[in-house]
Amino acid sequence: MTKRKMFFRMITASLVRRRSRMLVALLAIAVGATILSGLVTIYYDVPRQMGAEFRNYGANMILLPEGSGAFDNAEVDAALSKIPAASVVGVAPYRYESVTINEQPIVAAGTHMDGARAASPYWYIDGEWPAASGELLLGKEIAEKLSTKLGAELNVRYALTEEDEDHSDLFVKENSRKMIVAGILETGGSEEEYIYMAMEDLEALTESAGELDVAELSVSGSQAELQGYADSINASLDGVTARLVKRVTQSESTVLTKLQALVLLVTVIVLALTMICVATTMTAVVTERRREIGLRKALGASDASIIWEFMGEGLLLGLVGGLLGACLGFAFAQAVSVNVFSNSIAFRPLLLPITIIVSILVTGLACILPVRSATDIDPALVLKGE
Amino acid sequence: MSLLELKDVSKIYGDLHALDKINLKVDTGEWVAIMGPSGSGKSTMMNIIGCMDKPTSGEVLLDGVDISRESAKSLTRIRRDKIGLIFQQFHLVNYLTAVENVMMAQYYHSVPDEKEALRALARVGLADRAKHLPSQLSGGEQQRVCIARALINYPELLLADEPTGNLDEANENVVLDIFSQLHKEGTTLVVVTHDPEVAEVAQRTVTLGHGKIISDKLNEGFKE
Repeated sequence: MTKRKMFFRMITASLVRRRSRMLVALLAIAVGATILSGLVTIYYDVPRQMGAEFRNYGANMILLPEGSGAFDNAEVDAALSKIPAASVVGVAPYRYESVTINEQPIVAAGTHMDGARAASPYWYIDGEWPAASGELLLGKEIAEKLSTKLGAELNVRYALTEEDEDHSDLFVKENSRKMIVAGILETGGSEEEYIYMAMEDLEALTESAGELDVAELSVSGSQAELQGYADSINASLDGVTARLVKRVTQSESTVLTKLQALVLLVTVIVLALTMICVATTMTAVVTERRREIGLRKALGASDASIIWEFMGEGLLLGLVGGLLGACLGFAFAQAVSVNVFSNSIAFRPLLLPITIIVSILVTGLACILPVRSATDIDPALVLKGE
Repeated sequence: MSLLELKDVSKIYGDLHALDKINLKVDTGEWVAIMGPSGSGKSTMMNIIGCMDKPTSGEVLLDGVDISRESAKSLTRIRRDKIGLIFQQFHLVNYLTAVENVMMAQYYHSVPDEKEALRALARVGLADRAKHLPSQLSGGEQQRVCIARALINYPELLLADEPTGNLDEANENVVLDIFSQLHKEGTTLVVVTHDPEVAEVAQRTVTLGHGKIISDKLNEGFKE
């Protein structure tokens, strides 16, 4: 048998055959590792989880035509190609035109309803989202102005200027379309001053297609990532300018930074507490085994040998505790995620070796002082029972 | 030739002279019993001979080397290489089996060899108890494991401190028989005891009193 085999035989025998004593130390390490692994998982998953929550606050990036004028769907698509598809939560292109209803001038917005719904999930609709051609969404202010109710039929008029047949004169042509009020929009903001219809309906009314005034994007990602996407769009595309909605992205960033700092602080405190707990347990272990240490020294064990044996036990405990903690930590993080964010969490394989290594390091550090004191034990006094 | 020689060895704790200018020679292969009442200096002498303590003055020559001037590190090495220790309270590691306790001494000395450790246990009549933990062994069996552990590295000096102090008469006889066998094989034995019966079976008895040697005689009844 090699010395190494005997070394492992001794430290495993100490851990296995002194279960009740070592269980306390193992429990301390495993609890520490569980909280550590769980909190680190949450730390890294908070941006994703909170990102999804933040997306309820609406668009965080807007695309505008460069200079004055309009842009088209092709340019929006080109801009979207600069953003990973998985990060795009919703895209709502808007075209604004002046129309009249009951002789009152009103701004009508044409959009893709699905996109608007995804980009602005906080919109409260009394009634239904327009689902078919010929249906309208009325801002609450407009509905009050027109004294209109859900299901009412409105005649939407649009005046467009055309040239006569020999191009010598201009005349005004008026298109009108009867539309049904499918829903009334309440946001508490300026959105209540508009009416919303399907892009196709507005294009039919105005007899022109493809033009857009603005596109609102809801994109998940950190402020830095969003800024990166915007910079990439601005640098590579001529007709489009991308801007971040600062009030949304900055508050997201502030909340995330504070939340992550809090999780980090708790993690550090837990690590410190684990270290104190393990150090206390190891001190108790050393005190309890003074006679055994004295015997080993009497048999000719060097100080280094004693240190390695106790450190070996501590490190093995750290390994097992870390392994247990990494698995339990994932379960802990999953439970927190499901209960707090109503969302499951992805297992991070890298966290397994990291938790184990950190547990081993923390245990090793916690063992240094008590183990160092073990070498000061005088074999003659201990063996006499003094 | 002397394996062990104490020259004017004193150990002083404050005003107390635990050992007072002791002179003693132990030859290779000799079996010496050191007797005396409590406080006579037996344990102090045992610690000094066992390289676990240093004298205040005097020389302690073990195999020609003055161990009174060696560093703590050197003393650990000398203890490991030259001395086998047997204790009154056995001092076995309670979570290691009998054979593992023996192998532990090999581990610190050189390389553990399970077969050799098993042979050492067989020599003290414990071949069938090798895989038992100390808590599963009787006092006599634990002391025999302690003897096997002390012998495993072929020490030049076997130093026993009250080896039968915690044993009944039957087990005391077993241990003394083992000592007798070891003496016949040429092992040098120094046995510290307060039991006259244990001292009588040794080749020579040195009696201490108040830190001094008050008698040093060959035992007439000693059987080779």
